[in-house]
Formats: sequence, C-alpha cells, structure tokens
Amino acid sequence: MFSVLRGLALLFALVVAALPTAGRAQVSFDLPAVLAALAGDDYSAKGAAMETMAQSGDARAAAALKALADGRLFLRRADQKVVVAATPSGGALTDAATGEAAGSASDRDLEAVNLNNRLRRLLSGLVGSLTLTAGTRDERLAAADALFKQRDAAALGPLNAAIAQEKDPDVRRAMETARAAIVLTSDRPEAERVAAAAVVGARSDREALGLLLGAANGAPPAVAAAAREAAATIQRHLAMLDYAQNLYYGLSLGAVLLLAAVGLAVTFGVMGVINMAHGEMVMLGAYTTFVVQELFRAHAPGLLDYALFVALPVAFLFTAAVGAALERSVIRWLYGRPLETLLATWGLSLVIQQAVRSVFGPTNREVSNPSWMSGAVDFYGLTLTWSRLWIIVFAILVFVLLLVVLRRTAFGLQMRAVTQNRPMASSMGIRTHRVDAMTFALGSGVAGIAGVALSQIDNVSPNLGQAYIIDSFMVVVFGGVGNLWGTLAGALTLGVANKILEPMAGAVLGKIIILVLIILFIQRRPRGLFALRGRAVEA
Amino acid sequence: MLTRRLIAGWPGMLFLLALAAAAVLVPFANLALPPSSPWHVPTHLVVLVGKWLCYALLAIALDLVWGYCGILSLGHGAFFGLGGYAMGMYLMRQIGTRGVYGHPELPDFMVFLNWKELPWYWWGFDQFWFAALMVLLVPGLLAFVFGWFAFRSRVTGVYLSIITQALTFALMLAFFRNDMGFGGNNGLTDFREILGFAVRDQGTRAALFAATCIALAGGFLLARWIVTSRYGLVLVAVRDAESRTRFLGYRVDRYKLFVFVVSAMMAGVAGALYVPQVGIINPGEFAPTNSIEAVIWVAVGGRGTLVGAALGAVVVNAFKTWMTGAMPEVWLFALGALFVLVTLFLPKGILGTLGAIRWRRRPPPADAPALATEQGR
Repeated sequence: MFSVLRGLALLFALVVAALPTAGRAQVSFDLPAVLAALAGDDYSAKGAAMETMAQSGDARAAAALKALADGRLFLRRADQKVVVAATPSGGALTDAATGEAAGSASDRDLEAVNLNNRLRRLLSGLVGSLTLTAGTRDERLAAADALFKQRDAAALGPLNAAIAQEKDPDVRRAMETARAAIVLTSDRPEAERVAAAAVVGARSDREALGLLLGAANGAPPAVAAAAREAAATIQRHLAMLDYAQNLYYGLSLGAVLLLAAVGLAVTFGVMGVINMAHGEMVMLGAYTTFVVQELFRAHAPGLLDYALFVALPVAFLFTAAVGAALERSVIRWLYGRPLETLLATWGLSLVIQQAVRSVFGPTNREVSNPSWMSGAVDFYGLTLTWSRLWIIVFAILVFVLLLVVLRRTAFGLQMRAVTQNRPMASSMGIRTHRVDAMTFALGSGVAGIAGVALSQIDNVSPNLGQAYIIDSFMVVVFGGVGNLWGTLAGALTLGVANKILEPMAGAVLGKIIILVLIILFIQRRPRGLFALRGRAVEA
Repeated sequence: MLTRRLIAGWPGMLFLLALAAAAVLVPFANLALPPSSPWHVPTHLVVLVGKWLCYALLAIALDLVWGYCGILSLGHGAFFGLGGYAMGMYLMRQIGTRGVYGHPELPDFMVFLNWKELPWYWWGFDQFWFAALMVLLVPGLLAFVFGWFAFRSRVTGVYLSIITQALTFALMLAFFRNDMGFGGNNGLTDFREILGFAVRDQGTRAALFAATCIALAGGFLLARWIVTSRYGLVLVAVRDAESRTRFLGYRVDRYKLFVFVVSAMMAGVAGALYVPQVGIINPGEFAPTNSIEAVIWVAVGGRGTLVGAALGAVVVNAFKTWMTGAMPEVWLFALGALFVLVTLFLPKGILGTLGAIRWRRRPPPADAPALATEQGR
C-alpha cells in the first residue's frame, strides 16, 4: 500500500519534470525516498523512480543509475540503506543518497536491486540520456547518435535539457539532429515536423536518407513533402560524394599506374625498347620490401614502422643492379631490333618470375602496413585511406624527382640528347651505350620503388608484375614516349576513367571499354598524347 | 612451275611429304594395328600430335604476318580462340538433350544462368556449314576492322604489338564474363558429337588428326602461294622499308590489311580444329601469354620460312610436353631461356640457320630474303 502511494507521488513528479518548458529546471525531489522505491518490490514504482532520477539532473542520482546499470547498486541488509559498491561483487561502499563513504562489504551482506527486462531496457535508455549531459565529448556524440537511431520519444525531455547546456558545436548539432529525428517520427504538430525534416536533411548521410524516406510514408502531406525534399537533397549530396570518392579512387589508381609506368616510359623513351620484364622489376621491389621487413621483424621489432624507409633505397639499388645486369648481358646485343628485344625481355620476365616462385613459394607473402599508413581519415564524408593517400604523395615525389634528374642533371641532359638524336649525341662525345645502361638501371630502380609502394596495397606474389604490365604499357602508349608529362597525363586519365566507368559498367566491362577506347585512340594519334615531333619520330 | 614455286625446295618437300605420310599412317597405325604391335600409335598420342599440328597452323599464320610483313602480332591467340569458340558453339548445339539439364535448345550453362532463350549470336550454330563459315568470318572480320584502323593510321612496330596484346587481353576479360553468353570461366566443353560422329570416338579422333594434317598442308600452300606472288614481294618490301614502299606508290595499308586478314582466318581454322580434339575451349586461350608463346615457336623455327614456323611449333610443344611432365618447375626457366637464347644466338631460327649453312656453299645473294632468290627460277 505504502509503495503504491509512493509510486503515484513519483509519477506526479515525473510529469512535472517532463514538461517541455521545464527544461533543465531543477525539480526538488527526495532522493532517499526515490532510492527506497528503486530498491523496493513494486516494478512500476521502480520504473517511475528511474525516470525521476534521470530527469532530476542530480549528479548523485546519475551516479546511482549508472551503478544500477553496471550491477553495482545494492541494498545493505544490515540497515536497509541503498549503497553503491566499487565492483559488482561488493568492496568499498558509498551511500547512494549522500555520496559519503559507507565502509565496505562483500556481496553476502548486500542485496542486489532487482530489475526485469522492461526495466533494463528503460534503464539503458535513461543512462544513455544521462550520458548526454555528463559524459565526455565522444560519449555525448555516441549517445546522440544512438538516440538518432532509436528515436525514443521518452528521450525528448533529457535531450532538450542536454541541448540547452551543450557548448560543443559538433555535439550540439548531433543532438539537434537526434531531436529532429524524434520529432519527425512523432505525432507532434505539422509545422514542427516540417522543420524537423529540414534539420534531419542537413545530416545528409544514408541513415538520414532512410529515416526521411520512412517518415514520408503515411505522414500528413506537408510533412511528407518536406521529408521527400530533404531526402532528394541528401540523394544529390550522396551522388556527389560517390562521384568524389570514385575520383579519389581513380587518382589513387592513377598514382599506382604512374609509379608502375614511369620507369617504363624512361627506358622506352630513350632506347625504343619495350621492357617486358618491367613488371618483374616491380615485383622484385615488392619482395625486397618483404625481406627488409622480415629482417626488421627478426632483429629490430621496435623499428618495424620505419622498415619502409630502409626498403626504399634497398629496393632501388637492388632492382637497378638487376636492370643494369640485364642490359649488359642481354639487351645491349639487341639494340635496333625492338621486336626481338620485346621477346627476349619477355623470356627474362618468365625466368625472374619462376626464380622468385622457387625461392619464396607461389603463395602471397604478408607485408604489413606501418601504423602511420593504416586506417583512414574522414574528409567531409569522404573516406580516405592513409595508404592510398601516401601512395599519391609518394608517386608525386617520385615523378618530381625523376623530372629533376632528367631536366637538371648532366646525366639527364645526355639522356635527352640520346633520345632525340642518337648518332648526333654519339658524335658529340656522349657515350651512348653507357647512357643506355644507366637509363635502364634508372628505369628498373624506379620500378623497384614502385614495388615498395605496391606492396602496401596489393598482394605480394610472383604474379604481381604481370597484373600491372599491360596497364603500364597502355599508359605509356597513351601518353606518348619521350615526355614524362605524357606519362603523368596517361596514368591519371586511365586511372580516373577506369574508376568512373567501374560503377556504371562493372569492373570487367569498364576495363574492356578502356582498352577499346585506347585502341581507338591509338588509331587517331599513333604516337600518343604527347608525341615527340620532328626528326625523332622516324626512329 | 607453280608446283615448284609452292614447294620451295627440300624443306617444303619434306614438310609436305611428312604431312601426307602422317595423315595416312598415323590413323592407320592407331586404328588398324592391334595395341600389342610395336607400330601401334595410342590414341592419346594421336590427340597430342594433332594438337601440336593445330599450333603449327597457328605458327604458319603468324609467320605469314611477322616473317613476311614485319607485323609482330602478340594477339594471334585471339583469332585462334575465336575460331575455337565458333566451333565450340557448334559442338555445344550438337549436345541437344544429352546435357545435364536436358534442355533441347539451351546449353547447360545458359540453363544454369536461368536464361530463357538462345541469344541471337547463337542462332545458326546448329548447322555445321554456318559454324564453319563463322570460323573464317569472325576472326577475319575482327582482323579487318582492327587492321583497317591500325594500318591506315600507320601504327607500326612495338606500338602495334602492344595494342594487339591489349586486344587479346580485352577479349579474355570479355569472355570471362558470364553475361557474354559463352560459358564464362568454364568455357564450352562436354561435347558429344561432330557431324554425327561421337567426338571421343577413336575413329573420329583419327579423322580429325588427318583433317588437321590436310588443313596444315593447305595453309602452308596458301601461305607459300601468297609470299611467292608479286604481292608477296611487296609484303617483303613493306617489312624491310615501309616508308620507301609507300613512296614508291604502293598502298602499304591495303597490303598489310589483306595479309593480316588471311592470317587471322588461318589462325581461326587452327582453333576450330583444336577444340574438338582437346574437348574444351575457355577464355584462357585468349591469355596474352599464349600469343607470345606462339611467337617464340616461329622464332625458334625461323621466321620468314613457313616450314620453320610449323617445325618450331611442334618442337617447342613436344619439348614442353616432355618437360612439364618430367620437371615442371624447370619449364618456365627453360621457356624463358629459349626466348633469350633464340633472339640472341639464333635470330634466324633453326631452319634459317640451316639454310645459311647451305647458302655458304653456294654464293649467297647478299642478305636477301629467301623468297626473293626463288623468283628467278
């Protein structure tokens, strides 16, 4: 009988607290009495007590609710006092009503406050809305997000209170969106719901879209129209975002292609030699990364994050040495016979592939990403993975470096002279064969560092090079030889075109379309986008 | 006069004689002699050699464009594959209700993909004459369209090689797709009969072998006829000095286009004969690797000799069959080394080198292509 009366009184208090105008106004209430109801046997009174506590805005009530959610709220048998224990099995106690220390006890002396499923659900919602005001910034954001998803009408009051006192603009916006979501799906006056639709629309992601489309169904015409309009705005925004995301993927693919093709462009441009083993140089670079990383793992695990910085020069030197060796042993005998060179380098590529397969096995090797390359960053709704961002940066660096080597060094000058007019360069005292060997080593070395980059985003297997070789050729053929800018334009065009076509036509069909377009393009401009003009052409 | 022109001295004579002998003796040794006889040729060997002879026809087709016109096609496997698919489609239609799903019209894979009716490009393939026509027309048409664009805009040398490679790569990707209607990944297989004869029958296999020999001889004679005609002389001129030939007033692009189309059709026939013998055609045939391997057959045998190309195809494939059985991990090393060694030390191939040794006894005409000297006879 007593508890029923207590319950009614609490219900009254609840109604007062839930009045929207009440806001964060403190309603004086009797915490010990409420706590007693909470620890009592009447479940409806317990529910009312919880809500009262949640809406009181009282710090001790909040602490008690959290303790209850964690299973740390007890009734001490000895004096029927409600206490908060340090752990679910007892330990140091505090008085829930006053917050003072109350000795310690084991769970034998304590009686847990019982809950049923309905109350547990209610409790989790209430603790969530308590977090809205009391938690850290991330907790508040998460709570607001959770409310946006649950759209629990009972949470409106605490939400309003939280908004009134929120200082952080991001959290505030999240809370307002959550409130709008609740209002939109409630049966409040139309004007309020129409305004809420606009607020939800400002969130502009897929969840908001789903909510709006759901809300438009069966709502009064004005609300439905507002919801649909907001949904359309979101859809436009999402389409733009998709487009931007594809553009980013395209740029990153273009950067990869640029890395793989730029070395090829150098050797092809200078020597007119298509190096079919170029892809294998990329593959060797990737395996070098693997070996360097394994060495770090074995001898200096603490420095594993910096293995890539060691792998870069090692891969460059190793593949450059392999390239120079190939040039001296095989390719130099075939100058002036480009088709035969193509066949011989294809044979070399088979040998290198099989050699790697014999040493490292045919399966993929694990190359881990350093911590500064894993994860992603959110950029106005775009998800940019760090590894791809770094590869774009890296590709630009390599490109600029190569440009500087070609334009600003004596070696570059000689190389360009040989490219443009070999007999004349030779007559002027340039040792063209030495330049050839150096060029081949440079091209191979660049392929090697491309391999280091590729090891971060692709499987390191003996077939790595083959996957890129045809694309690299396409880039070089498309961009034209003898000009690095052509390679840059070719790589970016192909990368972006590939990724833009992919969602429209599917990955495979997109690739086929690109190949057909290139074949058609070659017919129009047989020497590529940036063709050399003048006497060099008829080489 | 014509006979002499076509046979081209002792290699051609030997080649044709060997083919004639094989066409008669191998089926005889396979069918008529008991398995206990030391001269008996087991069926698996008949199929294996038949396969090599198909490759030999592909090699001759490739030699026609590369050896005589300087067009290094890295995509001849595409024409081979298309011819094979045309034949495969005919063989699929012949399965009829004997497929797993027993559908009278649709091949099994279409039933599996829930297709309701035959796509239009499968129409007519239940007739052998139509399929045979398509074996020639489809590769020929592709070569015509491709060559028309490429040769008119003077795409030459490595550029042409690369885009032919892209061509076959694109076809491979396309045929891997299920919605293309060519069986996707699995290709076309599970054939039952050809022209009413069971495909797996010993007699059919022997007949297919003989047909391959005849086709190879026919392809060889056709190629000989082309390269020894006045037209063939212009082809060699294009190979050796394209710009000069153009300035002399020849329409270089038309000469190239014609020989490219003929070569593609020959490759298509090779593919069509290949499919019923091996019993399957799948997109793997379009892999750029296959086309490049065909180029090395020609290089090993000797480019610009035709007989050498066929010889190279058989020798390299026999070597491959033996090695992939005996020591599979070494095969790619051997193939790679073959590419390098042949281009470095044997640029004229086996037959060209043998020929050079013979020429040394008689005074050779300085650096002229083999066929130019035969014109005078």
